[in-house]
Amino acid sequence: MDDKSTITPRDLIVSASPHIHSGQDVRSIMRHVVYALIPALLIGFWVFGLSAVKVLVLAVVGCLAVEWGCNKLLNRESSLLDFSAIVTGVLLAMNLPSGSPWWLVLVGAIVAIGLGKAIYGGLGYNPFNPALVARVFLLISFPVQMTTWSIPGVDAETGATPLGAVKEAVSLGKTVMDVDLATTKDLLIGTVGGSFGEVSALALLLGGLWLLYKGIIKWQIPIAFIATTLFITGIAWLIDPAHYVSPVFHLFSGGLMIGAWFMATDMVTTPVTQKGMLFFGIGCGVLTAVIRLWGGYPEGVSFAILLMNATTPLIDRYTKPKVFGEA
Amino acid sequence: MKFRGGIHPQYNKITADLSVEALPLMEKYVVPVAQHLGAPGKLLVAKGDEVFKGQPLTEAAGFVSVPVHAPTSGKIKAIKNLPHPIGIPMQAIEITPDEQDTLWDEIKPVGNWRELDPATMKSAIQNAGVVGMGGATFPTHVKLSPPEDKPIDYLILNGAECEPYLTADHRVMLEQPADVLEGVGLMMRILGVKKAVVGIENNKPDACKALQDNCPEDLDIDFVMLETKYPQGSEKHLIYALTGRAVPPGKLPMEVGCVVQNVGTAVACLEAVRDGMPMISRVATVTGSGINRPTNINFRVGTLLSDILAFCDGVNPETGKVIFGGPMMGIGQFDMSVPAIKGTSGILCLQNDEIAQFEGGPCIRCGNCVETCPMGLVPSILGLLSERFEFTEMGDNHIADCIECGSCAYVCPSHRPLVQLFKRGKVEWRVIQEKQNG
Repeated sequence: MDDKSTITPRDLIVSASPHIHSGQDVRSIMRHVVYALIPALLIGFWVFGLSAVKVLVLAVVGCLAVEWGCNKLLNRESSLLDFSAIVTGVLLAMNLPSGSPWWLVLVGAIVAIGLGKAIYGGLGYNPFNPALVARVFLLISFPVQMTTWSIPGVDAETGATPLGAVKEAVSLGKTVMDVDLATTKDLLIGTVGGSFGEVSALALLLGGLWLLYKGIIKWQIPIAFIATTLFITGIAWLIDPAHYVSPVFHLFSGGLMIGAWFMATDMVTTPVTQKGMLFFGIGCGVLTAVIRLWGGYPEGVSFAILLMNATTPLIDRYTKPKVFGEA
Repeated sequence: MKFRGGIHPQYNKITADLSVEALPLMEKYVVPVAQHLGAPGKLLVAKGDEVFKGQPLTEAAGFVSVPVHAPTSGKIKAIKNLPHPIGIPMQAIEITPDEQDTLWDEIKPVGNWRELDPATMKSAIQNAGVVGMGGATFPTHVKLSPPEDKPIDYLILNGAECEPYLTADHRVMLEQPADVLEGVGLMMRILGVKKAVVGIENNKPDACKALQDNCPEDLDIDFVMLETKYPQGSEKHLIYALTGRAVPPGKLPMEVGCVVQNVGTAVACLEAVRDGMPMISRVATVTGSGINRPTNINFRVGTLLSDILAFCDGVNPETGKVIFGGPMMGIGQFDMSVPAIKGTSGILCLQNDEIAQFEGGPCIRCGNCVETCPMGLVPSILGLLSERFEFTEMGDNHIADCIECGSCAYVCPSHRPLVQLFKRGKVEWRVIQEKQNG
């Protein structure tokens, strides 16, 4: 026997098939999500300045610290390297006003990672989107800080978000025409008030489309979500344009873009089947439209996604694919 | 018709252009008694016996059983439990060749298949020990004996060879196209079908052309180029792709009037009838970045893995895995003294950096596996159920329909050991069902 072929069993790996892998891993998915958020982050820095950078750094470091602490406390293996805490941190930051005080951001990080993820068992087991759990927790607990929006370009001045302005006017008995509406151009670029990462519809759309192109997210949720919101707000606008703003305004304002492309597409908390994703997106759209048009809050994206997260197991159950050959 | 799901791995068919080389006579052969699905045969020989090339060493123990034969002439050195490719030692016959390679004198042609009756041919095929060479090793004569209430109208020849790396079927189609088609005609006559369809993935146009150019005029055979997609060669998916018929869960291809045979099996059937030659050799691919000289070989059943590796100039130091079969469904080997057997379609040597490690992170519910599963299952849920030992629930979620193709594990970003979890679940579910049925 040729001595080159002497290979002892000790040197060999024996494991079940398959023996090869596509190469994709959780870390690369999370990394791509962060890359996709870069355009919106840069716009946020440009519009809101250093305070936005501060919020981002605090949120990411806070989330990583809480993740590390929870792992130690619960005696779990370190999960910092799966990058999921970084994604949660970035999304949390983007869902906060740029002028948020430091403690607000840190409370958000504790709630997101601690209550939103770790207590359920960590990555993969949390039923609700951790960043949104934190956002809604903060919104309800600290309504003043959470709705103090910096006005772009004007230092130390605050005002309403475009959707907030409309809601306030209509509730005071005025019509949409009385409101100085943000222009579509401002909404696209992001020179409006709002959470620091949600303002630029264009930058978010760019990131979302890139994720789609990379195959990280599937089209069903964002498209169904956006189309449904457009459809319902469009009907309301056609019937009563005096009290309802146009669907285009709804499309580019508030959290719809960041929600539809980045929050509602969170894999862990959404259905696994493509049909289920479609239902999930439609549900998010309906709830968002209903809250925005008739609810007490001007914005409904976060609530809509969290409520739909709760229906995910049910949707999965009823949208199981057909087994091959089954009649 | 395209089936839903599947994957597009790197095909790495690096041996596609290399002719089949016959291995020289080795110093030792180990012929396991059980090389097929079904009852192992009964021993006909004892230690110390002289045997001739092609002489049966066992006889079939029932209908779903086939004999094994001596790969060369020589003396039986031992009959004992020896390493077997499935991973546990099994009864095997060790032969020391006498280097004469004398053919058994009872091997003679059975006749011309165009004139013989089906029963004679089927018994010749069983006596020759022919089994499905695609890897499942189900006795071929059983597949060619559908019950009378299941009329068959299509014979399907599986030339998909969808496993990455493997090129054995490809080479057989290129080098023996006439034999393949004569074998198809023979099986058509046994089944009494008028029509055969050959399915070949469209990465092998030369194989398709070779067959088309050699098709006998009296046979009605269609040649269909299929999308190159794994697992195109899975029986159910091949039938669906070629005929649009879907085999119901838990049923066999005959339920939809089809019988599927592999190209190598067609040649083996022809040799069994035309020459009376039992299945004592087959074509396989020795490949992968770990082997120093990748090639296609024709080896005698019972050749030791170490001898095959040596014939291909051995493995290089980076080799971390030696697999019998392809990278998607093959079995990792740990003992280099295992014999290559009737179902060994390839020997794949992977280097350490290519080997997938399924250390099993948490499921992040990305849905890739659901999109990929060609059987329409939800692998993510099945994997979680298996981890929680909820095997009854796994059964309710159609674990029995899993074909273990590995597509789900291939795309899983958490590198979860899904196939391993499903193999476990399938066994447990079978036990539960057996208990329920008393």
